Amino acid sequence: MTKQKTQNEPFALKKYSSQQLKDALRKMYLIRKFEEGAENCYTRGLIHGTMHLSIGQETSAVGSCMPLAADDQITSTHRGHGHCVAKGADVSRMFAEFFGKETGYCKGRGGSMHIADVEKGNLGANGIVAGGIPIAVGAALTSKRLNTGKVILCFFGDGANNEGAFHESLNMASIWKLPVVFICENNKYGMSTSIERSTSIKNISDRAASYSMPGVTVDGNDFNSITQAVDTAVEHARNGNGPSLIESLTYRWRGHSKSDRNRYRTKEEINEWIERDPIVRFSSFLIENSVLDAKDVKEIEASVEAEIESAIEFARLSPDPIMSEVSRDVYTEIKA
Amino acid sequence: MSMETSALASDPIEMSYSEAIKDALDIALKSDERVILMGEDIGVYGGAFQVTGDLVHTYGEERVMDTPISELGGAGIAVGAALTGLRPIFEFQFSDFATLAMEQIVNQAAKVRYMLGGNVSVPLVMRFPAGSGTGAAAQHSQSLEAWLAHVPGLKVIQPTTPHDAKGMLLAAIDDPDPVMIFEHKLLYKTKGMVPQGRYTVPIGQAHIARSGTDITIVATSIMVHKSLAAAEELAASGISAEVIDLRTIRPIDRDTILASVEKTSRLICVYEAVKTLGIGAEISAMVAESHAFDFLDAPIMRLGGSENPIPYNPELEKASVPQIADIIKNVTNLVKGKT
Repeated sequence: MTKQKTQNEPFALKKYSSQQLKDALRKMYLIRKFEEGAENCYTRGLIHGTMHLSIGQETSAVGSCMPLAADDQITSTHRGHGHCVAKGADVSRMFAEFFGKETGYCKGRGGSMHIADVEKGNLGANGIVAGGIPIAVGAALTSKRLNTGKVILCFFGDGANNEGAFHESLNMASIWKLPVVFICENNKYGMSTSIERSTSIKNISDRAASYSMPGVTVDGNDFNSITQAVDTAVEHARNGNGPSLIESLTYRWRGHSKSDRNRYRTKEEINEWIERDPIVRFSSFLIENSVLDAKDVKEIEASVEAEIESAIEFARLSPDPIMSEVSRDVYTEIKA
Repeated sequence: MSMETSALASDPIEMSYSEAIKDALDIALKSDERVILMGEDIGVYGGAFQVTGDLVHTYGEERVMDTPISELGGAGIAVGAALTGLRPIFEFQFSDFATLAMEQIVNQAAKVRYMLGGNVSVPLVMRFPAGSGTGAAAQHSQSLEAWLAHVPGLKVIQPTTPHDAKGMLLAAIDDPDPVMIFEHKLLYKTKGMVPQGRYTVPIGQAHIARSGTDITIVATSIMVHKSLAAAEELAASGISAEVIDLRTIRPIDRDTILASVEKTSRLICVYEAVKTLGIGAEISAMVAESHAFDFLDAPIMRLGGSENPIPYNPELEKASVPQIADIIKNVTNLVKGKT
């Protein structure tokens, strides 16, 4: 009986400690509150430009990064705030970047679309759809050539699956058996164009067959499913067996960017996804399995809110870049 | 011959331009495990212009990597590899195929360092066989170097001699930032004396290939050789032309150009790329905006490619780019005041 129970035990409970699972939940809240904070600052005119919020996709980001080692690397997308937090970034420096400050991760030169935390292994968000995919494969080539053991997790959206860079990259990753895991976060729309209207196949993971690699479609809003799929793919890569393609089904609650009027989808559809909030789903799972209780959840939420508040304050009070240094770091300064 | 030849390099021997490039690649592959070559048919085939030759037999397919015909993905993989610790040297089969990879070159390689606040660098070298004269027509004969030179974050060079082809390639491999090398295909078989062993020729320094007093000819790539031939004939008719081999088009060596124009008081820019909106306009404006403008005794002139795709017919092809006779005629007119 006991053995039977262990076999049916959800993946997350078998694989991770209670503390790791609590930390994962906290990261999901941190992403949610970060996005809400960024949106709020934008609305109040404290942040300019544009941004692509990942509210509703937190579990996909955190679950995908869960199986990674600290020195494994990721490449991210224009909807990359969640990936950055999931890989361990400090939200103070992220907010500072959005505020265009010198203390930001990119010293105010990159902003939302180029947020990166190289020390923690995030090689950067990317403003070009599919732009990061070959870069991830190149990082995997480095890993293999220099024998570092690193696995590279490559995030992109459903929109990228019709770019040439996607197809060229998967092919080369496969022929050279490189340690990269391709995560397609399918949130149903490339800006306004639905996957049904843009893509000739039903499951993006079917593309894997063309490149002789494992391909699987999972519920990216279910922590157990996404984490287990990525864990399998990371092991596969780490053992020298090459790349995998995972399609993580998820949904963005907000529009594509700040200009979106949501004319291409219904309120009913959006509300249906909001009702199935992936964070609530995960916290309920943890409560049901006695990893934590409702009081713990409240405490996590409160501590996250405090962290966001102080991060925004840090960003607001940080120094602006010096205008005469606008051309700094275009090239490496070679010291004589 | 010029520039910072180190003590290690010695005993020059005669080599072709392509042999000099291969020599540099060999030195880099031998001395640094992080160096890899990537490109289409650069392995057992030896490269479309036989530049990489038999290097695959020495260093293996892991380091001399044949890529599929996937310029965008291949270029991007090179960018990612450079970003994370390798020193990739990516060969385009023809410079025209850069059009397939512009996203990765322009949006990624050139900008990653800046966008990330200087936290990373992209020590990437890309080699582009360029130019007309091979009868390969419009899609295999272009001179697109000014396109890339327009992008901050890239360095763009055009070595013209075997000596510089080797020394500048080694400098490019050492460089922490992306360096784009345009190699004129007609130069591959030209010969010159090349020091053995390792030496570098700095990026960003023009070279006065011939001294003169009546006019400055700023030339790039194969036009340096045509300008030198023209200068020889002009000397016979009493015109002393100074020929500057620009060598690097980003960053441009402003000082050398301005000093020369001050001395000669006349300027003509000679280049193979389409005349308008290119390197000639940049140099002309640079002089016009400077104190050297006051020294000019004649209008500045550009002599570049005609406003058409490179045609197949060999006579039409020649007519599309400046020839020695064109340089002689235009220089003579400028010096004699017939413009």
